[in-house]
Amino acid sequence: MRRRKYSLIIPFLAPALILYGTFVLYPYLQAMYIAFTSWRGLRRAPRFVGLENFQKLLGDDHFWNALYHNGIYVVVLPIVTLGFALFLAFMITQKVRFSNFYRVTFFFPQVMSVVAIGILWSFVYHPSIGILNAFLKLIGISNPPVWLGDPNTALGAIAAVTIWQAAGFYMVIFMAGMQSIPTSFYEAAALDGATRGNIFFRITLPLLWETTRSALVFIVINAMNMFGITFTMTIGEAGPDLATDVLATLLYREAFTHSRFGYATAIAMAYFLIVMFLSFVLMRVTRRQTIEF
Amino acid sequence: MVNQESRWSSFITQLVLIIWSIAVIFPMLWMIFSSFKTDQELFFSPWSFPKELQWNNFARAWTSAHVGDFFFNTVIVVIPALLLTLIISAMAAYVLARFDFVGNRAIFYLFLAGMLFPVFLALVPLFSLVNSLNMLNTFQGLILVYIAYSLPFTIFFLTGFFKTLPTELEEAAIIDGANEYQVFFRVMLPLASPGLISMGIFNFLGMWNQYILPLVLVTSEDKYVLSQGLYFMLAKQFYQNDWSALFAALTIIMVPTLIVYVIFQKQIQSGLTTGALKG
Repeated sequence: MRRRKYSLIIPFLAPALILYGTFVLYPYLQAMYIAFTSWRGLRRAPRFVGLENFQKLLGDDHFWNALYHNGIYVVVLPIVTLGFALFLAFMITQKVRFSNFYRVTFFFPQVMSVVAIGILWSFVYHPSIGILNAFLKLIGISNPPVWLGDPNTALGAIAAVTIWQAAGFYMVIFMAGMQSIPTSFYEAAALDGATRGNIFFRITLPLLWETTRSALVFIVINAMNMFGITFTMTIGEAGPDLATDVLATLLYREAFTHSRFGYATAIAMAYFLIVMFLSFVLMRVTRRQTIEF
Repeated sequence: MVNQESRWSSFITQLVLIIWSIAVIFPMLWMIFSSFKTDQELFFSPWSFPKELQWNNFARAWTSAHVGDFFFNTVIVVIPALLLTLIISAMAAYVLARFDFVGNRAIFYLFLAGMLFPVFLALVPLFSLVNSLNMLNTFQGLILVYIAYSLPFTIFFLTGFFKTLPTELEEAAIIDGANEYQVFFRVMLPLASPGLISMGIFNFLGMWNQYILPLVLVTSEDKYVLSQGLYFMLAKQFYQNDWSALFAALTIIMVPTLIVYVIFQKQIQSGLTTGALKG
């Protein structure tokens, strides 16, 4: 029974449509225009400049620097995080002792706010009060790096925190996928004398392909963002010599420190297009025939 | 031979799992111990237990570092934003799932489109819009924006949920003489509570930890929410030295999250992971 009751439909949809239209759709549509303007601060009006912002972008070292860092994250984070998460998920689902404790523990960092994690880890890395260097000195490394203060180690230090935070999250996602694989498959493999490695590569991984695809797209979108952790751990300064700057921190600085609204929105537009392109390519490249079971 | 191999590999397995547990737990334990130490102890005896429990650190964090204020600001914003998000989304999702009207599909896809764009693209126009509504540095501005950005996914999820609910109860209620509003509030909404709970947990965590939106829309210190308040505490730390209070502040934030998580870990894990896979 489908009903047509406009007296109900309109008041039920109106609040959502009004809020969404005003605060979400309208700003996104406006952004499409602002990216093509020069707009220096709220008191002035935006002035249409065509493609000027995008031309400037192509010649801007800061833009390429930030994009390069995002590029490193896009390559490193999925491989290390998803690889490790798959390994953990496979181990825990193989009837290991205390598996519930591990599942609950490993997921916890995902629940914490990114600011809390950023601050906690900037303490861990801190050259004088940090526990990491205290540990390194304890085991005899007399001159440990200053991590976040050194352009050579800062980006890696931030990537490590991101992996620390996300591994348990992806592990739980993979575990859900693994639990839907019928145990008879494993039993049959075990009867045939398959090793754990065989079982993992021949059974688990192929049957987990759809989950892996979604996880891959999701983690790549996150690797293109990285705003919260970078902004917190480098106190908004984008690291020594911009060594940890990413597109999101760059456009935030352009907009809210330098009041270059038009240019910042053009960076945001480039960022959006790159994310769309990457997601599209990833979905295409990883497409396989689904295995029904 | 096989037996030996499996014993060896299960030893390695346990070893990796134990090492990773330590890697996850140790920084947090260290943080909690540090929040009870003096600044002196922080610098010179990183491995020892606190000599005396410095409860004073927590008092300083709560009052003079304003963590208490930030906490209440966050509660004032998140509670109404969360409740309104759930009710507004449920109403829209119910109509989209159960009623036939011109433009139903179009409106559904319009909401879906909001999940496609990164919030960074909207920052500048949103800032200027909220400014022209005179809502910068106000709680109501933050509440409206939080709701608006939570709608797309919540409506998407709940529309799917309402579609799976049986129609018999609705029909029975109408035959019993209930009007459309009563059907929704007395029959459908209670039936949808599992879906509302998942979305409640998902949105609560998102709003409680929200960072970029308050950073842009709130610049006066008395209106800071927890995440940005903590960030500015850290930024200030370079000028005034009260590390132990900062550790205490961090513990104040983390321990309630930990307790809630341990109690509701099943629901929280499924709430957060469905968000990722369907989003």
